[in-house]
Amino acid sequence: MPELAAQRPSVALFIPCYVDQLAPEVGLATATVLERLGCEVGFDAGQTCCGQPFVTSGARREAVRLARAHVERFAGADAVVCPSASCVATVRRRYADLIGEARAWRLASRTFELGEFIVSRLGTSDVGACFPHRVALLESCHGLRELELGRASERLDPEPSRIGVTETLLRGVSGLELRPVSRRDECCGFGGAFSFGFPELSARIGRDKLRALSESGAEYVTGTDVSCLLHLEGLRAREGFGPRAIHLAEILASGAGR
Amino acid sequence: MLPDGERRSAHDAAVFNLREKRDQAGRAEPDFERLREHARALKAHALDHLDLLLERFEENASRAGAVVHWAEDAPALNRIVHQLLESRGARRVVKSKSMLTEECGLNPYLESRGVEVVDTDLGERIVQLASEPPSHIIMPAIHRSREDIGALFHRELDVPPGETDPVRLTEAARRHLRSCFLGADAAITGANFAVAESGTLVVVTNEGNADLGMSLPGLHVACLGLEKLIPGLADLAVLLRLLARSATGQPISVYTSLVNGPRPGAELHIVLVDNGRTRLLADERHRRALGCIRCGACLNTCPVYRRAGGHAYGFAIPGPIGLVLAPALGGTEEQRGLPLASTLCGSCTAVCPVKIDLHEQLISWRASDVPRGLRERLLSRFAAACLSSPALYALAGLALRAAWPVLSRRWPGNPAGPWLASRELPTHPGASFRARWRDRVRGAGP
Ligand code: SF4
Repeated sequence: MPELAAQRPSVALFIPCYVDQLAPEVGLATATVLERLGCEVGFDAGQTCCGQPFVTSGARREAVRLARAHVERFAGADAVVCPSASCVATVRRRYADLIGEARAWRLASRTFELGEFIVSRLGTSDVGACFPHRVALLESCHGLRELELGRASERLDPEPSRIGVTETLLRGVSGLELRPVSRRDECCGFGGAFSFGFPELSARIGRDKLRALSESGAEYVTGTDVSCLLHLEGLRAREGFGPRAIHLAEILASGAGR
Repeated sequence: MLPDGERRSAHDAAVFNLREKRDQAGRAEPDFERLREHARALKAHALDHLDLLLERFEENASRAGAVVHWAEDAPALNRIVHQLLESRGARRVVKSKSMLTEECGLNPYLESRGVEVVDTDLGERIVQLASEPPSHIIMPAIHRSREDIGALFHRELDVPPGETDPVRLTEAARRHLRSCFLGADAAITGANFAVAESGTLVVVTNEGNADLGMSLPGLHVACLGLEKLIPGLADLAVLLRLLARSATGQPISVYTSLVNGPRPGAELHIVLVDNGRTRLLADERHRRALGCIRCGACLNTCPVYRRAGGHAYGFAIPGPIGLVLAPALGGTEEQRGLPLASTLCGSCTAVCPVKIDLHEQLISWRASDVPRGLRERLLSRFAAACLSSPALYALAGLALRAAWPVLSRRWPGNPAGPWLASRELPTHPGASFRARWRDRVRGAGP
């Protein structure tokens, strides 16, 4: 991609705390994909957490504190890219309410989910990846409904249905066979604090999801959120059935590249 | 209160079916999304001018011959209705489904005072015979199977044992209800909308039971929340096009009755109930929830409602809209905690015909009103402190790594216990991303 390489867009990685601690390979894959597409990738090790768990559990004071620190940390970046749709949604949809400052708005408009950044900013849907497997897509709720990475099934405007960015990217991966899933955008039941507050219900919803994914015949389930994938993976480990979870970044980073 | 096994799956499937019907009906109406936007604006306007609308409604309804009463809370509503019945010597009442009277506990109040109340909506009658509250705001008995209902009707209505044919069961209910209608002294109904410009009540049903109730006995008492007011009949046209489509996928309900004053020789009383609504109206962040037209679409799409069932909520209105209204209209500590019972998937917000931002409201209620124990407050304080400093964060990461093998096992008091009840923890990767990034930079990789 010579025309991209000429510009070398510079990207600040936003690696959420739980990706940092529990799924480092997703962060590394994110960097690999972006570099392969000609970006200059930087990581500021002073970052910690965007505050999402505090926002959703109602700890407003703590949420404000972390949001301020996050804005401070990333204020100078041209583009911030993150492999977690729900953390991006926190910055984009909640910060304005937490800290009503122009800087928060500005950061919101510069923070992107990985796949969204590739398709809408870098303008490509072919990252040169190769993943010869049957894959099902988990359209996680925040990515779908808050970032509109795809079109939620509830939306009824008559315009022809647009293919979501995540799906577009997966279709561009060579060898990958995308399998349809019934009730494609039903929540997996994770819900952050919900999975701790209502563990039984959370697992029930998750098991139904796992069953639908498994019936799709997929070997892998992928998505834009490590959290939902870890929840499904934890259920799979307990139940002994269902596709393995793999993050979108890992699929996009697979294969030799160009 | 969670239904289990097959019953749960049946409930999930039956309710999701309603959601799918809604999708089909909405897609067949090319203006659906524009209608939603229109309805949102219309309801916002109505709530902003509620005081004027109420005044105008009272004036016009009175001119048409109705008597308007105001009830500040549930006890006031119950008292007013009971006094009306008592002063007219009414002892047998046919009632058509109203979530408001459910919210205010009208039935038990009247029954304990010797008034016989028969709910005439089929689903509502089923749950009444089974002595339980409705589990859905549109389909009160959707949690019950045909077999359940057959057994119940065998016990209560003399249906032959083992009867599960819906047509014959409905026929039995119809026969039973007809005698109730004919012997009734008064009718109590709710109302879906109240039109200010004409003083009209609008009652929507699929069974015609409300209409029969309103036209047989000499006394009709309509109970409605203040938020039901809309300015004019033109607004009604918008809302009616959305209501049935969102609720059951019908283009319009079977019966839509506009009541303008009493029938000749009969009495019409309208009780306008506050019960926490003006307080909610004054709350800028949450007042939009009052725009709800009770279509039930948010329940039908909610993954939690479909698995938990309506009774699990412990509040008259279950599902997402129930979670949002409970802190304002319900009083108990548990009800104030209801906003936590959501995954925040946002599907409710996306289906709501009046575009109430339900999941955003839940987040906002969590921050302002949900009771949080000392333990949680300390925990989040501590976690935020760890996350606020990169050095402390790194330290906490190390500690977590060391503790991980212990956390992954089940033992009493394990903070990961709830997660482990039905899932495994992920295997902990040896090193964090930042550590591996450091190595990568040092190794001067590609
Ligand atoms: S909140 Fe919206 S979707 Fe839910 S019942 Fe009310 S109007 Fe229907």
